[in-house]
Amino acid sequence: MRKNSLVNLLFLAPCVFAFMMIIMIPFLLGLYYSMTDWNGVSLNVNFVGLKNFETLFSAPDFVYSFLATMAFTLINVVLVNVVSFGLSLIVTSKIRFRNFYRAGFFVPYLIGGIVLGYIWQFILNSILVDLGEAWSIEFLKSSFLSRAGGVIWAMSAVNTWQYAGYIMLIYIAAIQSIPASLMEAAVVDGAGYVTRVFKILVPMMANAFTISLFLTLTTSFKQFDMNFTLTNGGPATRFLDQPVKASQLLAMNIFNTATANRMAEAQAKAVVLFISLVVVALIQVSINKKKEVEM
Amino acid sequence: MEAARKRLSSKPLGKGFRFLELATFVLFIFFMFPFALVVLNSAKTSREIIFNAIAWPADWGQLLANVSLIFNNSTVDYLGAFVDSTVITALSLLVIVLFSSMAAWILVRNRTAWSTALFMAFVAAMVIPFQVLMYPLVRWMRVMGDIAGIRLLGTIPGIAFAYLGFGAPLSIFVFHGFIKNIPYELEEAATIDGCSRPRIFFEIVFPLLKPIIVTVLILNGIWIWNDYLLPLLVLGSNGVVQTIPIAVTAFAGAYLKQWDLILTSTLIAIIPVVLLYLFAQRYIIKGMLEGSIK
Repeated sequence: MRKNSLVNLLFLAPCVFAFMMIIMIPFLLGLYYSMTDWNGVSLNVNFVGLKNFETLFSAPDFVYSFLATMAFTLINVVLVNVVSFGLSLIVTSKIRFRNFYRAGFFVPYLIGGIVLGYIWQFILNSILVDLGEAWSIEFLKSSFLSRAGGVIWAMSAVNTWQYAGYIMLIYIAAIQSIPASLMEAAVVDGAGYVTRVFKILVPMMANAFTISLFLTLTTSFKQFDMNFTLTNGGPATRFLDQPVKASQLLAMNIFNTATANRMAEAQAKAVVLFISLVVVALIQVSINKKKEVEM
Repeated sequence: MEAARKRLSSKPLGKGFRFLELATFVLFIFFMFPFALVVLNSAKTSREIIFNAIAWPADWGQLLANVSLIFNNSTVDYLGAFVDSTVITALSLLVIVLFSSMAAWILVRNRTAWSTALFMAFVAAMVIPFQVLMYPLVRWMRVMGDIAGIRLLGTIPGIAFAYLGFGAPLSIFVFHGFIKNIPYELEEAATIDGCSRPRIFFEIVFPLLKPIIVTVLILNGIWIWNDYLLPLLVLGSNGVVQTIPIAVTAFAGAYLKQWDLILTSTLIAIIPVVLLYLFAQRYIIKGMLEGSIK
């Protein structure tokens, strides 16, 4: 028995040690630093209570980033899941080349946010504008990335292109786990395609919706890489009579604050990001779980 | 798409079905189009791109010229970043797979209050956003390195250790779900035969994990290869060790709006991943599908 617990300890040690050192301690330090005057340089760190948080919600640039992140997340969750669910229906149908398509739709997920940000910056700023000029389409003549009202949508479209193939796989796995006999029985009973999808398929894969919505919600909330290389926060716009960056999401706001050496403030913003992410994710999961039970 | 779905009949060759096939083909082209544009414009000079970004390249030889410009660049060591990215990804995946599977096995086979609490801690940690701990992490890694007398910041072992910490929760979770379904009788029989527990794990359990190891490798591999913020903070933007995403941003920063070079550098970053995917596509899709049912 004693030998067993030694093995247990040795087998757990590497992961537990790395987890403590890389996640837990820095996380607790992060919570603490958000309540200090940490500037990243001086080793002398003083506790200041909630002072860093008090000014946050009266700063237009932070409020704007917060709201923009909420909007981006909402658009993304809907767009990614509608598209990926549609794709999963297509590639699980009897369509020719379905495995080829399935493999193809997944490819954008392999490309990281940094690289695809540049690629889409080129497409949106050069290709589409060129096309607009060549075909005299007013709508395309100015880049979507230079419009304060359109930039969040453009980012969501790019994010959907990247992420849909991955979420599609989760839906495919769920569809494939539904017994074929069930669908055949519904066909015999005269249920049309739409009825079968919404009355049988969707309720049977409620768990997959919970997972997919959670994944898209949390990744959208923390979006940084693509934001950084696609728009770098631009264009400039006004919010509450203050100049703000129209596409600066929360993660980038934190990054830019820290780059300006306002470390404690960045840390406070990150804690707000953390808390709102947990709250929103908990709400989403509890709603979905309730739906799972009802179905 | 809604219309296409409505018209889709249960008969395999209905009219609606033909429409769906066509619509899917168009969608597929749309999904692949960005890649085509990258390839086309990587074979042009900066002037050609400004003049006409949609045109067919005049001379495909320009592609090789651009690639050699990238690899022989004096400000960004692209080849070095490529090698470093490969080593970092490989080493991190090795430690993640090995140590996470070991930990998950112990957590499944020893149901105590402690192991349950530990497992819950790993799962809960998955919602912690990187942003909340990234700056304290850099400071802490410096402190840790000073205490242990090794350099963690700016080195490959340092970043691999960080990836073990960040990769372990999800990997343990995935392994945990898989090991739960492995019958315990196998291990019991081996225990009766006098097999030691480490041997039971490495000779009986670990080989059975092969399908889920593929899943863990892909999930973590895609993330680590493309990751930007952690390498940026741990390695620095002009440190000795670099990764591909850092090199690509360095290029884009140094050659503002010079799309011939930027696009070629993204093309070089994409090609190995896509090639690997083309060869292992069947296993990758299968691994991802199996990993997502839990």
